[in-house]
Amino acid sequence: MNTPMIEPRSALQVFRDNLLAAPRRLRDAMFRSGKPTTDRTRSTFVFGNVFLHLHSVRTHRWNLRWTTTMGLGIATTAAFLITLVTGVLLMFYYKPYPDAAYDSIKDIHFVVPTGRFIRNIHRWAANVMVVAVILHMARTFYTAAYRRPREFNWLIGMGLFVITLGLSFTGYLLPWDQLAYWAITIGANIAQSPREVTDALNMTEWFDPGGFQRLLLLGSDIVGDEALIRFYLLHVMILPLALVALMAVHFWRIRKDGGMVRPADADGRLESRKEETYPVFTEAPKKTYQLAAIVKGKTSVVNRGPENTVPSMPHLFYAELAVLMLTTLICIGLSLLSDAPLKELANPAVPENPAKAPWYFLGLQEMVAFSAFMGGIGIPSIVIIGLGLIPFLDREEQGTGEWFGGAGGWPLVKQAMVVGFGASILIEALVIRFGWLREWFPAVPQLVITAINPGTVLTLVYALYSVWLVRRYNSTRAGALGLFTVFLCGFVVLTIIGTYFRGPNWEFFWSPADWPGH
Amino acid sequence: MTVKAGKPQSRLDPEPMPRRDFLGLSALWTMAGALLFSALGMLKLPKAAVLSSPSKKFSVTLPETLAAGEAFVPPGRAVAMFRDGEGVHAVSTICTHLGCVVKPTTEGFECPCHGSRFAVDGEVTRGPAPKALAWLKVSNKGGTWVVDEETTVPAGTKETA
Ligand code: HEM
Ligand code: FES
Repeated sequence: MNTPMIEPRSALQVFRDNLLAAPRRLRDAMFRSGKPTTDRTRSTFVFGNVFLHLHSVRTHRWNLRWTTTMGLGIATTAAFLITLVTGVLLMFYYKPYPDAAYDSIKDIHFVVPTGRFIRNIHRWAANVMVVAVILHMARTFYTAAYRRPREFNWLIGMGLFVITLGLSFTGYLLPWDQLAYWAITIGANIAQSPREVTDALNMTEWFDPGGFQRLLLLGSDIVGDEALIRFYLLHVMILPLALVALMAVHFWRIRKDGGMVRPADADGRLESRKEETYPVFTEAPKKTYQLAAIVKGKTSVVNRGPENTVPSMPHLFYAELAVLMLTTLICIGLSLLSDAPLKELANPAVPENPAKAPWYFLGLQEMVAFSAFMGGIGIPSIVIIGLGLIPFLDREEQGTGEWFGGAGGWPLVKQAMVVGFGASILIEALVIRFGWLREWFPAVPQLVITAINPGTVLTLVYALYSVWLVRRYNSTRAGALGLFTVFLCGFVVLTIIGTYFRGPNWEFFWSPADWPGH
Repeated sequence: MTVKAGKPQSRLDPEPMPRRDFLGLSALWTMAGALLFSALGMLKLPKAAVLSSPSKKFSVTLPETLAAGEAFVPPGRAVAMFRDGEGVHAVSTICTHLGCVVKPTTEGFECPCHGSRFAVDGEVTRGPAPKALAWLKVSNKGGTWVVDEETTVPAGTKETA
């Protein structure tokens, strides 16, 4: 007998071997493809994973350059993930009932282990998210990433922007302290402010959209337990779910719109890196790209000259992870430096003085201090509609993917900045020094003030300036650049004045040190 | 007569809709209608029908020493009460701008939130408030005064003792 006998393994041995192999087999079952070391496994790594496959398997080198995105979209996502984790932790102790809410936040702040730290991170990450989303919007605007075929994604982005602000605002109420209570009182009355117009026209009795909005928001005619539970529901359930759903569409659309934006001649402008960007289709991939045949629009490989893409794994993902780590670091650093505020328990009889909304609404509050309806509803609606129209009005192609649309763009933006800062500072100075219509003509009817107030005048000046730009440069792109820039500057000026230069009774002070009685 | 789908017989005789398409489309529209109406029905839920707020009527005893033109604010209420030779009246201290509580001063009222000012009779003198402070109904119940925050009266209405 010289044929080697294969010793039959006993069932017990098989059991032991299977047990030992279980971790490896679990991994294989989960990831299916092996380690992402070859071009092919790097691709399967991406499209075999439900989360990663929102990315395309390869990324153009242009879009990996830091200056294309500055990582701002990912920073927003990262900040959101941080608020998600810390928010769920806070929910362990938070109780959405007046007074109990305040006590539970106090407990979280002073008693719960790591409670203050987690609360700080949540608060700071929310602020970082607002900053990042504004900057991200500016970056997509200034690189003209809103143009065809990305118009729809720009609109989705605006939805995300509004929801982000909504999340921050609803969260502001939850501590039920003086700051929260009076910010919500003001917010709810802004929702009611269409009455400023319906009252003046004497029609509130039978047509009262303002009162309806306020009732829907508060669930009552006062800011009380019903309002708190509604804001809580919005904050922990409705808005986060809406945000996640829109984010999925947002990311998926980036892929379907042909990857992130880049100039038409991007390939020619990148220095060649042959060894990294060899053609993809040499290895006979298992999965073919037939799908591309039924997807509308240009794909990154058709008519694009030499291929300049690299595998998303690891190039893109490592960059994303770096941004995630950096954002986390920033939030943690800020949390160590400064605690989230908590004022006294809400007192419906004595307003906080000054009662300030969260900082990103102080620009609005500055306008609201002239006309509640125009500042709180009218002008924001005009701005939102204007932003939404931009991609449908600017149909030019030149300069897409370039910062400020290439040569000539930056000087124009600089000029618009002068106009934007100049006009808003000028009108604020005028109002602070000399007052406005009611101080000059005490009998002036409310409707006139609603129509003509510093907010509407500024909006009009900005709009006229942009129309002038369109004519002067014979280009809708010039108008859009100017319009976005002036409004951004106006927002910055009003926000800074509202934040730093307004004190008790919303009066102007050069510094909080001059506030009376403080 | 059978008509083949996809072959209109003449320009005036448009292609009849195949039955399957018709049934499918009606099912679809029925569903869309049902969804729309159920959504409208569900929207009724968040609109509160009964408001949970506490009673808006309360009674006050004015201090003997209250001088004419001086405001008395019942504790915890957003109301300022006045007594003079003509009688007693109550002015709501809820700012008509965005609902902050205004403070009575010697010249009238001032709002801490956006700087609205009101005269003693509630008229706006400065700032963004769109209308005058409301005068509230006061009734005399033998020595105490009952204020009804839900019922406004024309400015100048005073209740005599
Ligand atoms: C929660 C808010 C948002 C999140 C998490 C988010 C996330 C992202 C991410 C990760 C990208 C990939 C490129 C990058 O990092 O810049 C992106 C691209 C884009 N975003 Fe957003 N975004 C948000 C809000 C917005 C807003 C407010 C706008 C504008 C109104 C916007 C418009 C766009 C457009 C047009 C693109 C495509 C850019 C390109 O092709 O280069 N997004 N977004
Ligand atoms: S709430 Fe009184 S001035 Fe705004």
